[in-house]
Amino acid sequence: MSSDQDHLKETDTEARFEFKKEENSAVRSGKGLTEEVIRMISEDKDEPEWMLERRLRALKQYHNMPMPTDWPGQPDLTELDIEEIVPYIRPDVDKREGVDDWTELPDEIKDTFDKLGIPEAEKNALSGVGAQYESEVVYQNMQEQWEEKGVVFMNMDRAVKEHPELVKEYFMTTCVPPSDNKFAALHGAVWSGGSFVYIPEDVTVEMPVQAYFRMNSEGMGQFEHTLIVAEEGSEVHYIEGCSAPKYGAHNLHSGCVEVFVGEDAHVQYSTVQNWSKNTFNLNTKRAICEENATMEWVSGSMGSKATMLYPCTILKGRGATDTHITIAFAGEGQNIDTGAKVYHNAPETSSTIESKSISKDGGRTNYRGLVHIADGAENSSTAVECDALMFDNESTSDTMPYMEIEESKVDVAHEATVGKIGDEDIFYLQSRGLDDDDAKKMIVAGFIEPITEELPIEYAVELNRLIELEMEGSLG
Amino acid sequence: MARLELRNLHAEVAEGDEKILEGVSLEVESGEIHALMGPNGSGKSTTAKVIAGHPAYEVTDGEVLLHLEDEEFGADIEIDEDQRTWDLLDLEPNERAALGIFLAFQYPAEIDGVTMTNFLRTALNAKIEEREELFEDDEGIDEDDEDDGFETSPMEGNVDEGEVGVAEFQQILQEKMEQLDMDEKFAQRYLNAGFSGGEKKQNEVLQAAILEPSVAVLDEIDSGLDIDRLQDVSNGINALRDEQGTGVLQITHYQRILDYVEPDHVHVMLDGQIAKSGGPELAEELEDKGYDWVRDEVYGTA
Repeated sequence: MSSDQDHLKETDTEARFEFKKEENSAVRSGKGLTEEVIRMISEDKDEPEWMLERRLRALKQYHNMPMPTDWPGQPDLTELDIEEIVPYIRPDVDKREGVDDWTELPDEIKDTFDKLGIPEAEKNALSGVGAQYESEVVYQNMQEQWEEKGVVFMNMDRAVKEHPELVKEYFMTTCVPPSDNKFAALHGAVWSGGSFVYIPEDVTVEMPVQAYFRMNSEGMGQFEHTLIVAEEGSEVHYIEGCSAPKYGAHNLHSGCVEVFVGEDAHVQYSTVQNWSKNTFNLNTKRAICEENATMEWVSGSMGSKATMLYPCTILKGRGATDTHITIAFAGEGQNIDTGAKVYHNAPETSSTIESKSISKDGGRTNYRGLVHIADGAENSSTAVECDALMFDNESTSDTMPYMEIEESKVDVAHEATVGKIGDEDIFYLQSRGLDDDDAKKMIVAGFIEPITEELPIEYAVELNRLIELEMEGSLG
Repeated sequence: MARLELRNLHAEVAEGDEKILEGVSLEVESGEIHALMGPNGSGKSTTAKVIAGHPAYEVTDGEVLLHLEDEEFGADIEIDEDQRTWDLLDLEPNERAALGIFLAFQYPAEIDGVTMTNFLRTALNAKIEEREELFEDDEGIDEDDEDDGFETSPMEGNVDEGEVGVAEFQQILQEKMEQLDMDEKFAQRYLNAGFSGGEKKQNEVLQAAILEPSVAVLDEIDSGLDIDRLQDVSNGINALRDEQGTGVLQITHYQRILDYVEPDHVHVMLDGQIAKSGGPELAEELEDKGYDWVRDEVYGTA
């Protein structure tokens, strides 16, 4: 124990994180990406043959694709050595992700929970400490309620076995095929865990489906897959991510989200994610909307060394609608490259993108967007708004909004603002009694308000708190 | 009772050495209304900003003092003999606010996403807290005053934080808004965002009514107002004095607002100095004769 403690105090965060994982894992793959490693993962998961075949095919594609390197202003990925990454670690069944005792957690994490103002019980759940009992019960109750309506909400690994037809049809086929990009291919090969959500026709799930506790208690992988299938006329709000800092061992997170929004269906996908500062966060998220379907993305991207994330919606059916609301925060040494992509492939489709970014202490945020309006997608409309807020002259923010408009009968609007937190604004609030820090916090809270108002209250609160902590520079 | 005293105040723009104030002396006592008049560029707004602690100006000479009486903060705070006079130039803008200085801006900032209710309650609580710290013994500061997170909507601020809770504050706000004849929808709008010129000015007066300063400096609060709004704003200013005993330093170009807010004293500012002071009749004289007349009288040129 004492040597553990010493280790935890080390300043080298990477070493610290790795240590914890090694200690608690039961099965661990070798380093690097070989067919052997992929077979081992699949075997350990007791997967059917078809899934193994998909993994191996993805692996081949991965090896044949180049790394993205020449995008203008793209985050530097040269430090990312995928061959050094251990793609699969199954946590110890008893200990799972967690440690035995709250006191064994790294101080940094305990401290963060305290600062977030999260109650003890919730802290334990989030950190994986003795969480199984409490969170499992809640989860069970909710699950029964849904099951009566035919809703499926389970771990993706389990879904492969229990709902093979659905998974076969939708998993990395038409929405995000592994050939989409190098990291989608990587994900296809090594994916593990995540959520499977299926909402039958005309069913509305009133309360948000949350993967909050579950992800933590079951040991969320770094390559988790989220698959949401919302049948015709259904409605669901899915929330993913925990806003507590992820302290995973790997320095690569490459998740994938696929959403199928049926005719007249409505899906909202919300996420607040905060990664440790040594993580490369490279994800692919995409939704396909049928006629009159509505897709809403709400996301907060915090932490990580570099993030590349551009949730995408394909408006396939007439009258389909898409909304993106994103917020990114980059501090010292961070490059958060996020944005949105929308393909208007049918008439009368509409999209709005609202992107906000905050950069501080030399951090860099990029908005990288693509709106494509296909020939024949007449009477479609899109409105893009990007706002960047910078704390100082060292920070950077770029806006790269690509618009490919092939149809003339459309309505396209783009608006971008970039600004430093205004001295006059701060002085105004100070003259009313707020100190310098509180004034800045208030301005930022107001800036991100469009995001927080879309989130359930506990997420909104924690997003706000996380950003406050980032601003104080006290988050590890 | 409180008294704001400017003694031979000299100031220049912090970046650059352009002198703007060249020896301003002025005293404003609680319950009094002073009008500070003068042509553009004479230093009126600079005087206001220097009092409030704007970082763009550097004070090169002189003092800004605030003299407090014991009963200033009611029974909850006892003011020691040696804390009755504060040199504002040593203090941060928020500390000056806590001691009872209020500046109404000619062009108030627009803060999107922050509701009036949240802003005003946060400001009120920040002021109360800061005030307690300022008057506390240095040794007695309680370090254990940790913020334990929000319990209500983050938009409404932290329910645990501060003296004045959400419900209590709602009542205060409603009352003050009624007095100023403001639409209750104001409370849920974002701070000054999309407000008309008149609404912004009214909002400045509302803030003064809620924060209850000892001395309020109102920088051209009458500019850009139509006659109805001018009356509303003027009623608000009179209420500050009559109901809270606030001392008002009313900066203006024109006699117009002084028809509604009758000053006890009128000062004319020229070239960074108070060139002439007098009673309300001075403002009328200015209305008739303009500023050049004062210039002629002071500098003796024809």
